[in-house]
Amino acid sequence: MSTTTPPRERPRRAAGRASTTTARTHAASGTSGASGAGGRTTGARHNQRWLAWIFLAPTILGMGLFTLVPIVASVVLAFFRWDIISAPTFVGFDNFSEVVQDPTVRVSFLNTIVFVVVAVALQLGLALALAVMVQEKMPAWLRVFFRSAFFFPLILSAASVSIFMRYLFNEQFGVVNWFLSLVGIPAVPWLTTPGGSAAVVILVYVWQNFGFSFLLFIGGLASIPVETYEAAAIDGATAAIDGATGWRKHLHVTLPLLSPTTLVASVMAIISALQVFDQPYVLTRGGPGDSTRTAVMVIFESAFQRLEFGQASAIGVLLTLIIMAITAAQFRLSKRFVFYQ
Amino acid sequence: MTTTTDHGLAGHSPRLSQGLPITTPNRKKFNGSFAVRTLLLLLAAALTLGPVLWTLSTSLRSPSESFKLPPSFIPWNPDFTSYGEVFKQLNIFLLVLNSALVTGVIAVGQMVSAALTGYAFAHLKFRGRGALFSIVLATMMVPVQVTIVPVFMLIRGMGLSDTLLALILPAIPTAFGTFLMRQYFMGLPAELAEAASIDGASPWRTFRSVYAPLAMPGMAIVGILAFNFHWNEFFRPLILTISEQNFTLPLGLVSLQGNLGTGSISVVLAGVVLSMIPALVVFIFGQRALQDGLTAGTGK
Repeated sequence: MSTTTPPRERPRRAAGRASTTTARTHAASGTSGASGAGGRTTGARHNQRWLAWIFLAPTILGMGLFTLVPIVASVVLAFFRWDIISAPTFVGFDNFSEVVQDPTVRVSFLNTIVFVVVAVALQLGLALALAVMVQEKMPAWLRVFFRSAFFFPLILSAASVSIFMRYLFNEQFGVVNWFLSLVGIPAVPWLTTPGGSAAVVILVYVWQNFGFSFLLFIGGLASIPVETYEAAAIDGATAAIDGATGWRKHLHVTLPLLSPTTLVASVMAIISALQVFDQPYVLTRGGPGDSTRTAVMVIFESAFQRLEFGQASAIGVLLTLIIMAITAAQFRLSKRFVFYQ
Repeated sequence: MTTTTDHGLAGHSPRLSQGLPITTPNRKKFNGSFAVRTLLLLLAAALTLGPVLWTLSTSLRSPSESFKLPPSFIPWNPDFTSYGEVFKQLNIFLLVLNSALVTGVIAVGQMVSAALTGYAFAHLKFRGRGALFSIVLATMMVPVQVTIVPVFMLIRGMGLSDTLLALILPAIPTAFGTFLMRQYFMGLPAELAEAASIDGASPWRTFRSVYAPLAMPGMAIVGILAFNFHWNEFFRPLILTISEQNFTLPLGLVSLQGNLGTGSISVVLAGVVLSMIPALVVFIFGQRALQDGLTAGTGK
């Protein structure tokens, strides 16, 4: 069977996918592998088995201690009231009901949802449009330049980015308002009004992160062969007579073929946007009012400023449930399109 | 066999049985759209690079001139007083040292531990390998914010509160690095191990002298990704460190901004520029590796 990707890639994925089942087969067939002497092989296998555990030890122990135990602890803690100083008391679902009724928590979850929807839509739209434009015919050096330019913000720290963006969006001496004044738009109070702050947080976040979706789309586009477009042209989808056909070509050929990439890109973008913290924390500290307070900021504040560790855990559990629900939806949707391993 | 080649699209896309790479769909005729497209792309590039260039140029103005509008993007006569000022107001050597220490140890730790774990999952046989690997992968989905409260307690319990070790230890076990290294090792033939064992090499020796050297490029990707991520990390250091002598760069910068209030922009921006230099170096030398690493496992 002729393959799409380099043939080397396939068997590897195949093996990876079936790893649960192949582990046993390997173990069985591995014996008859290299050496003939039965006794020696069993010895080697035995040797290999404990060696494997030594190799695994640093990662597995570390993960157990710093990820698995904390997950369990977090869930347990969500049912207790605890301020670190006095002993924890079991309160059942009280934390959850309090958290769900807390107006600040409600607003912050609502903010997070609005943020995710707007930021992810902007991020994906921008990334897709730019990726399509970059992949069309142009000199190689120019393509490299654009790719690097769009990728660049990803390597910066969200904290430093937020610091300089705060100055750029300053109402009086910010460069953004200065540019706007050139086209006759009066100074916008970016960071002092709820709407302005929310807009800045979204813009700064998208500015920094669209490059990641862009890279994914570039990868996805690179796997669509030219023949598809030629076939489409013959079918009349792209009559190639005027500029408008470019749009139709993308609408009818590129977009459907890019759907697996779009799915992955959107889910990754959603999961990371749900966890936004650095930008709103440095840009606005959640204000003015609660207008840019996000779910993670509330976890941070209730745990490390108010010492309500149980409530913080409850909020964390709720956030995780939302993320898991989205991820589960992704797995169901993408089972047919995407490889995992 | 079929299941691996067919990712569900084969039904409606002839491309999947063709397997030819594309970049440029063939458009033979004159393109007025080329100009429009390039202009739009240039505008987008200006928007992504502009703020950074503005930061650089403003940091090179004298503190008193840093508010001036219109902004001069080209610093004709650069003034380095702001940089001197950063060193005065912020113990930047200590911050850089802390950041470098934390980031360096995490990066090396991840490279080594991920290589070991990745090799075990790829080439060693042991009971429960598949299940264990699934668990490792699953931990990738858990956001750091959810485990931070227990991790904070754990760190306190271990007596590591407000130390750099508190930042380092939890960051070394890496699911993503393990995943990357496993992929990498699976790309190396198992025959190498057979050949080595015929030559009498122990399994450890086989890893040490045959596979590990070959996996260096993969380890470099893990290291570069770890460096970029942890150099920029803000959330964990904010919670796990308390005293300024244990701050990392991003924390120091944010505190510098707080100290100055609306004081001098150029000083804060000089600090920002200083903090970007290592990221820039990584960007220049590791761009390809970073891009490949970031998009690895996304089914691109």
